[in-house]
Amino acid sequence: MCTSIIEIAPAEGMAKRGDEWFSLSHTVVAYDHARHAPLGDVITLDFINAGLEPGARAGIELTLETAKELYAALDRAIAAAELEEAEVRGKGAVPSLVRAA
Amino acid sequence: MAFYKGMTCENVTLKGDQGTPITAYVAKPSGSGPFPGVVLVHHLPGWSELYIETTRRFAHHGYLAICANLYERAGEGNPDDVAAKVRADGGIADAQMIGDTEAAVKWMRAEPNHNGKVGVFGSCSGGRHAFIYACQRKDVDACADLWGGRVVMGKEELNAKTPVAPIEMTKDLGCPLIGIFGNDDRAPSPEQVNQHEAELKKHGKPYEFYRYDGAGHGIFYWHRPLYRPEQAMDGWSKVFAFFGKHLAK
Repeated sequence: MCTSIIEIAPAEGMAKRGDEWFSLSHTVVAYDHARHAPLGDVITLDFINAGLEPGARAGIELTLETAKELYAALDRAIAAAELEEAEVRGKGAVPSLVRAA
Repeated sequence: MAFYKGMTCENVTLKGDQGTPITAYVAKPSGSGPFPGVVLVHHLPGWSELYIETTRRFAHHGYLAICANLYERAGEGNPDDVAAKVRADGGIADAQMIGDTEAAVKWMRAEPNHNGKVGVFGSCSGGRHAFIYACQRKDVDACADLWGGRVVMGKEELNAKTPVAPIEMTKDLGCPLIGIFGNDDRAPSPEQVNQHEAELKKHGKPYEFYRYDGAGHGIFYWHRPLYRPEQAMDGWSKVFAFFGKHLAK
């Protein structure tokens, strides 16, 4: 497939390449044929810094199933993190999250 | 005489779109020629080793061949990373590709042992680009579009970099076209290939399409699971026969 399925989001954080960490500017999510993984079509995640040279990139190619599992795991971790933040920072936890905990 | 002839390969600098210097890999068969020429338009994974190798493949078959780095403006690095950076920037503009490819065609036509005929060849996004070029410029004699996606585009897909769906340019196609497609592909889907074929027929354009069962996208990519050896060998024979016919002096 030659898809146009691409999502670009601003990113704040760092990623590692070899022994070196670099700061991020964007996360790019795409669905297209794999460039490296011995797979067909894949979800690709590129953590990049658009202001640095092209090598400032942590790239990942995942099967659709793996991407879904990652998405669910992120969802759970983010929900837990928001609850933690609400409790620790005293911002007032969302009631539904309190019950879920 | 040896069955296999030698070749010379090197990088050259072209004056690309807007006069920007870009690098191109060239492969020239040994001998005095005159040789037909092939301009390769690389795919979305960039100015990759596969395309450099394919450039040499054409030289091996007796063509002067050149493949410009359309992603040079994104910076230096592993083609994989450069391509990722281009993707993050929303790809390259079709107009910029035209300017860069035109520079490669001009380089070809200035070669002293060139026979005066030029084919343009591309796969994936390069197939789409090759087709656009053959519609927008009249300086190529044959065009090979291998599984070029997004020839058919919805209005919602159009933007400043890709303002016109290539299928809308079909009326301006200036040379014969060969298309190689896998029937399991979804971009382009068999239905989209049908639409393109109908448009070519409507405007009376010379074309030949080959559609392979048991194959999807990237049929020729020997390093990918997409590779289909039987269909690839047949497809290559079709491409060489097509260029042999239209690029002979």
